[in-house]
Amino acid sequence: MSKKGMPAISTASLPDIVFMLLFFFMVSTTMRETDLLIKKPALPVASEVKKLEHKSLVSTIYVGKSKDARIAGDKIQVNDKIIEVKDVPSFIYSERALRKEDEVKFMTTSIKADKEASVGTVLDIKEQLRDIDALKISFSTAKGTDLSKNF
Amino acid sequence: MARRENPEINAGSMADIAFLLLIFFLVTTTMDVDSGIARKLPEKQEQQQTNVIVKEKNVLDIVVNRKNQILVENEIVKVTDLKRLAMKFIDNGGGIGAPVGDKPGEPCDYCEGDKDPNSSDHPSKAIISLQSDRGTTYGMYVSIQNEIEAAYNELRDNLAMKRYGKSYDALLQDYEDNPTESLKLKIDDLKDKYPQIITEPEPLK
Repeated sequence: MSKKGMPAISTASLPDIVFMLLFFFMVSTTMRETDLLIKKPALPVASEVKKLEHKSLVSTIYVGKSKDARIAGDKIQVNDKIIEVKDVPSFIYSERALRKEDEVKFMTTSIKADKEASVGTVLDIKEQLRDIDALKISFSTAKGTDLSKNF
Repeated sequence: MARRENPEINAGSMADIAFLLLIFFLVTTTMDVDSGIARKLPEKQEQQQTNVIVKEKNVLDIVVNRKNQILVENEIVKVTDLKRLAMKFIDNGGGIGAPVGDKPGEPCDYCEGDKDPNSSDHPSKAIISLQSDRGTTYGMYVSIQNEIEAAYNELRDNLAMKRYGKSYDALLQDYEDNPTESLKLKIDDLKDKYPQIITEPEPLK
């Protein structure tokens, strides 16, 4: 009679391999640091996108509708709280304080705004960034060629 | 009398548990989007810039209202038309360019446009102005920015193919892989030939 299922190959090392794969995934995926207080912004699609360089030097500003549907208007969120447009400079200053002097000029601000958000809010943020000389910005978009879904 | 690992404990189910954990992580981690349209904002001027006289023909006015309708030179257009219109405008080469240092401006010898005297003089003088409304949707704003960027990129691509046999994108890729001085010169030259001059006046209330 054939083998009763007593393998000559030891299967005890199989979970080791799997654990290694697991640890690899745990370490390599980017953990999002912020919990969104606003509804997750639906990013528009664009074709001329560039990847963000120096991810550690990126500050992100989220713009979207509040999770509470009764509150109207666009909300701006940074890190873990909702702020007003006029608080954007202090956010950028605090981000600059966390980085080294010579890295500050490579810092970029990434604006992740919902495609239904009003341009007025975004332009206000841009104006604030211009005032404090945070000139490198990136409008966060998914890569794609079909622009008709954006509006 | 050390206890040997008796095969009473079935090691096979450990693999199952590990697989389950793995699949859990695979499914729940979200890859954050890390791409976007890059922009360099113009510096804030201390006082009003001394009036630089700009001829109306050197400015391409794009106006968007809160209903996401786009108006270019008094004609309603679709987003998809913008790239062609912008390219036609920038590459027109109807006159002479901006003076470089002491040398006076020269006509554009690389432009492939119609040389219409009513459109822009030279890519170095061609200004694209985007006037939005506070109520325009961000999606439309990004789409317009994308089309403008696409226009510049395509013009730079065409010139790069003509001169170096490679597209502008390919040159940028090469520079990323291997930053040499000659590549940088080529890229900077292409950027100079088609400089991005985009102005955004205050949005309409």
